[in-house]
Amino acid sequence: MNEALEELGELITAENSADVISTKVAFDELIVNVRAESVDKVLEFLRNDSNCKFEVLCDVCGVDYPTRAKRFDVVYNLLSLRHNQRIIVKAQTDARTPVPSVVGLFPAANWFEREAWDMYGIMFSGHPDLRRMLTDYGFEGHPLRKDFPLTGYVELRYSEDEKRVVYEPVNLTQEFRKFDFESPWEGAKYVLPGDEKAEGQG
Amino acid sequence: MAEIQIKNYTLNFGPQHPAAHGVLRMVMELDGEVVERIDPHIGLLHRGTEKLIEHKTYMQAMPYFDRLDYVAAMSQEHAFVLAAEKLLGCEVPIRAQYIRVLFSEISRVLNHIMNVCAQAMDVGATTPMLWGFVERETLMEFYERASGARMHAAYFRVGGVHQDITEKLEEDIRTFIKQFPAVLDDIEALLTENRIFKQRNVDIGIVSQEDAMAWGFSGVMLRSTGLAWDLRKSQLYDVYGKMDFDIPVGLNGDCFDRYLMRMEEMRQSLRIIEQCLDQMKPGPVLSTDPKVAPPRRGNMKTSMEALINHFKHYTEGVKVPEGETYTAVEAPKGEFGVYLVSDGSSKPYRCKIRAPGFAHLQGMDFLTKGHMLADASAILGSLDIVFGEVDR
Repeated sequence: MNEALEELGELITAENSADVISTKVAFDELIVNVRAESVDKVLEFLRNDSNCKFEVLCDVCGVDYPTRAKRFDVVYNLLSLRHNQRIIVKAQTDARTPVPSVVGLFPAANWFEREAWDMYGIMFSGHPDLRRMLTDYGFEGHPLRKDFPLTGYVELRYSEDEKRVVYEPVNLTQEFRKFDFESPWEGAKYVLPGDEKAEGQG
Repeated sequence: MAEIQIKNYTLNFGPQHPAAHGVLRMVMELDGEVVERIDPHIGLLHRGTEKLIEHKTYMQAMPYFDRLDYVAAMSQEHAFVLAAEKLLGCEVPIRAQYIRVLFSEISRVLNHIMNVCAQAMDVGATTPMLWGFVERETLMEFYERASGARMHAAYFRVGGVHQDITEKLEEDIRTFIKQFPAVLDDIEALLTENRIFKQRNVDIGIVSQEDAMAWGFSGVMLRSTGLAWDLRKSQLYDVYGKMDFDIPVGLNGDCFDRYLMRMEEMRQSLRIIEQCLDQMKPGPVLSTDPKVAPPRRGNMKTSMEALINHFKHYTEGVKVPEGETYTAVEAPKGEFGVYLVSDGSSKPYRCKIRAPGFAHLQGMDFLTKGHMLADASAILGSLDIVFGEVDR
């Protein structure tokens, strides 16, 4: 199983040497890292090549790594019905650089890309209709980014005075509780409260 | 006579509409009574499941999957536990695999009863809904007897299932699969040859094979075009490899085909359930690896280590090795996938939920183009949309 995947990975790299950065087989799945500007070219190859025939685009989604220079991964999950094979194609981008849209190749990408835009603020160039997908009309921000708080910034209620729904800043009666389970004798990467005083004495 | 300009008419459908199967708003552009364009506005039930999961341990994240497609709750749990198990690389006891398959198929029957009856109601037949819901109640009782909850079961665990099922429950499921085909026959007698039902469904919402693939359709929607693609056969998981069942495929790809296929899939599910019950042998139902699953309650009463282990499981959670996977199951509505990224901590770094209904609803525009307004609700019914999973 894994040899076949590695072979397929080599084939894809050989045919698209300028666009594919690396391939990896992990957990019986083939992951192909590609240059963001040529996502559409690679996906077109994967769809049309007789050894690949990845004709179904299952999913497009973003992943956020805020510490990286190019903070977003755009992940394409493709499925080949012909060869009963799955593949993950990944490209890196930041909040300003658009990724070429694949709506022309896979109409299914339309909503998935809209969702990635809505959730992460990843831009897709050439998308026919890049509107927000899941969030409220007039929503601000991109909720799945790691720097967006779980509770959000605004909450809404129906105002009896104004006879309409009003938005107000979130008011929490209790801080969001985040516990630290890192065991101190398993190598926690921070100084325990109180320990900072011991530094100079030793 | 002067030329008359006919202006297209824009109609707002929903967000509260009995045929919308939840909260769907569609902006329809009509030419007379013919639909020209549909723009579905979704997200009215968006609860930020994916964001919430990133802040929960794997065990705490699991119940969110019940709340996605609440009509067939356990199928979603199945996808998530399989994804987590893949990253953990853990073994699942064979009995647990049978129980999971058993309940996935019960979920499929639950879903298809709901869908077939709702589709019938969308086109004007009320009786199937009343008959079908009696059976759904029985099935939900099985859910309850296994997990303690009728709908949001939270029954599957990474490494198995939470509790074993009793012999009495097995017996009662056997009684059910003997009686249920008669109910299916009754519903079919009402619908299959019904003139009105056929007029509303035959040749409505036809999908071609190319379209189905390009739009990312899966499940019944894909199979209705004649493609025999079922993940239970092609990408085996749990004990589906040991099951003997058939996959119905459609010939025309219209709403009526999809109805017929769902009816047949229910009969096939009964076959799988029966085989599960026959092949199941007593044994553990949860992984005994202390790194994967919490200890059994009885153990904790006498063993200090088990108590500590339990505490770690329910506070910190299981640390899942770094990696990523896309794992999909054949949920009743289609391919339900979970793209899970772990950074080595006890919480998922990213959990993207690929809902079949999302892709199907996207096709609403091209499916409805050129049809009458009344057909829109028939097509929507046959797409099998539940907003829990579309909006997530």
